[in-house]
Amino acid sequence: MASRPDEPVRAAKGRGPLTADPKLPPTAVDEAVREAEDKKWTPAKIALWAAIALLGGVAWFMLAIVRGETVNAIWFVFASVCTYLIGYRFYSKVIERLITKPDDRRATPAEYKADGKDYVRTDRNVLFGHHFAAIAGAGPLVGPIIAAQMGYLPGTIWIIIGVVLAGAVQDYLVMFFSMRRGGRSLGQMAREELGVIGGTAALIATLLIMVIIVAILALVVVNALGESPWGVFSVGMTIPIALFMGVYLRYIRPGKIMEVSLIGFVLLMAAIIGGGLVAETEWGSAFFTLDKVTIAWGLIVYGFIAAILPVWLLLAPRDYLSTFMKIGVIVMLALAIIVVRPEITVPAFSEFASRDNGPVFPGALFPFLFVTIACGALSGFHALISSGTTPKLIEKERQTRFIGYGGMLMESFVAIMALVAAISIDRGLYFAMNAPAALTGGTVETAAAWVNGLGLSGVNVSPAMLAETAANVGEQSIVSRTGGAPTLAVGLAHIMQQFIGGTALMAFWYHFAIMFEALFILTAVDAGTRVARFMLQDSIGNFIPKFKEHSWRPGAWLCTAVMVGAWGAVLLMGVTDPLGGINTLFPLFGIANQLLAAIALSVCLAIVAKRGSFKYLWIVAVPLAFAAVVTITASYQKIFSSTPAVGYFANNAAFTKALADGKTEFGTAKSVAAMEAVVRNTAIQGWLSVIFVVLSIIVITMALVATIKAFRNHSAGLPNVDNEDEARPSKVFAPAGLIPTPAERELEAEWNKLPAELRFERAGHHK
Amino acid sequence: MSPGLAAVATGFRGFARYLGGVLGADAYAKYLEHHHAAGHGEPPLTEREFWRDRTDRQDSNPQGRCC
Repeated sequence: MASRPDEPVRAAKGRGPLTADPKLPPTAVDEAVREAEDKKWTPAKIALWAAIALLGGVAWFMLAIVRGETVNAIWFVFASVCTYLIGYRFYSKVIERLITKPDDRRATPAEYKADGKDYVRTDRNVLFGHHFAAIAGAGPLVGPIIAAQMGYLPGTIWIIIGVVLAGAVQDYLVMFFSMRRGGRSLGQMAREELGVIGGTAALIATLLIMVIIVAILALVVVNALGESPWGVFSVGMTIPIALFMGVYLRYIRPGKIMEVSLIGFVLLMAAIIGGGLVAETEWGSAFFTLDKVTIAWGLIVYGFIAAILPVWLLLAPRDYLSTFMKIGVIVMLALAIIVVRPEITVPAFSEFASRDNGPVFPGALFPFLFVTIACGALSGFHALISSGTTPKLIEKERQTRFIGYGGMLMESFVAIMALVAAISIDRGLYFAMNAPAALTGGTVETAAAWVNGLGLSGVNVSPAMLAETAANVGEQSIVSRTGGAPTLAVGLAHIMQQFIGGTALMAFWYHFAIMFEALFILTAVDAGTRVARFMLQDSIGNFIPKFKEHSWRPGAWLCTAVMVGAWGAVLLMGVTDPLGGINTLFPLFGIANQLLAAIALSVCLAIVAKRGSFKYLWIVAVPLAFAAVVTITASYQKIFSSTPAVGYFANNAAFTKALADGKTEFGTAKSVAAMEAVVRNTAIQGWLSVIFVVLSIIVITMALVATIKAFRNHSAGLPNVDNEDEARPSKVFAPAGLIPTPAERELEAEWNKLPAELRFERAGHHK
Repeated sequence: MSPGLAAVATGFRGFARYLGGVLGADAYAKYLEHHHAAGHGEPPLTEREFWRDRTDRQDSNPQGRCC
């Protein structure tokens, strides 16, 4: 491991060599041994990877080339899993070898900053689950469903290829670089690497993007619960259940998390079943049937209270519940898809793939498919999780590949499963559910007539079929239930009822799906509001120092109110939008998320350049360029397109002119007030797009400046500033991946032979 | 117990332990281990105090949850 030509020039910080403790076995597998192990291709290994490649190839052939009447869902599973395995085994190793160059002789923050609380060495497999639960939420369950309007193939290709070359790369690099910096956040790294301008732009962009993301997630919940007494009751019950769990954990049996999670889960199931019974009663139906505006206001008030309540009372217990459900649901969905193997009748490319006026989301395939599916392929939001929390728990440097890259592959698989669930339902039903009421008219008769009038091949829905589906899932209507969540719930109910329970259980499965999506989203809304509030407090604190005191109530409440007010305004705008809401706002969600990815990748680009790895800069530059081109093109079209359905300002101008002409209805807006709302909404959405894209261009430019500067320094033989924490020798060993290699096993055995007092020695307190 | 049943029980226990780890149920045990290993003079926090401290610190250090 002696010669590493690309090792960054160490700044004069007095970094000593990594002298290992002579009393201990080696803390890393010998480089030469690991290399030899890696390069040794036994016949069994060759056969295994050839089989994986072959199976993946056949699966892609079935999906992309064969044009039968139907395609079986199992091919989606094979195509994705085989591609992930190949990406993980080969591409992520290339990144490890050429870019990150982990060194297991170095202690991780969890070791040298160990405090038993925030910095704790965590078993890699447990941390994998932990990290996965933190990154995966409702996002990958929503985007692919909305994107299914274009057919299954564009979304599938982007989810699978995108994650291997972009999404997982981002997560891995951000996690690794944050780990090398003691678990610093993305914002702090941006400031350090890109300077004050780049750092400030990144901070403002992150704050705004969080507002948009929280608002649109909330919109998904509102759309799923509107006019649904069952859903309102069972999701509403999660609040008392979480409060009970919180009190139980604080006062009755502290720390019994598994126990309380099980109790919570049972109560949750009871709430779902109870919701069905309540919704059938006259009083229940009257009390819990709420319109979307009421639910939106409820959510805003809830969001404010939840964000100022102590964490132990609501946020922490619901987070346990949400994690518990997340893992259960995903295992269940995977099992169901593998067992049931539904036949998919949706075409690879739908009629809308080549048009820019799709009813579910407007805009052409490029760039809008790539922003509609953000989570699951490339999600900038992950950079906020991959920096900060997870890096403080990593045991060994090499494990970042498994946790960062591997964790994101897992989320991508969730997105694929969501896509399969969405396309397993009838296509006519899909469009009836996902087109705004402005198009479908809102009743089963008008919706059926509208869908049949679209001229889609093989699509023929009847009002009776729409009414029957609604009855099966225990809803009053399923027409124009936009936002993706209800479609996923119908798809999941459709698959699960073939697995367990039949039609009789369909309503249960539907509401089960709505419940877990709402649970994920409410947790994200709470946590997002809190994180954003602290960011705002710290930013204001630069001018008014009092705001930096997190325990100062007036400051905390004011900042919470500002954040809730901001996302609440966008939420209400979406709920009351005469054009339909989700179809105009969802592209903004994707653009925001991808712009955050561009910011994260910019920071990584600057760091990689400063480390001197110029030859392999393309590994970061390619996904960054793609994200930048996609989001800037999408923003450009949203701002400048002359097609009103696509361009916010074109729409704005059209409605302004209609108002000036004295018209009292225009397009789907049926009153002057609605027309005025469109003018207002499009202006806000348009200006938000402008602000996002300008801030991101500033960040990307600053990253390019930093990269060029690093290159000049490098060529001139000058050292680049290296913001990594000082290297300290590690005193522990653990394998890097899921399955330990023979050399790792040998070393582990050596460590296990150590006397206990030596083995548990931790580095943290010997300052 | 038949060997098959025993294997199922072991598997289930392992899964429960794993899930507990992911949820963070073992945080107090890890804290104690750290406290012991680091050789602090003062007695460790009790279980009740530890969990109180843990959630109270989260009040000012929120952990992000993704979409």
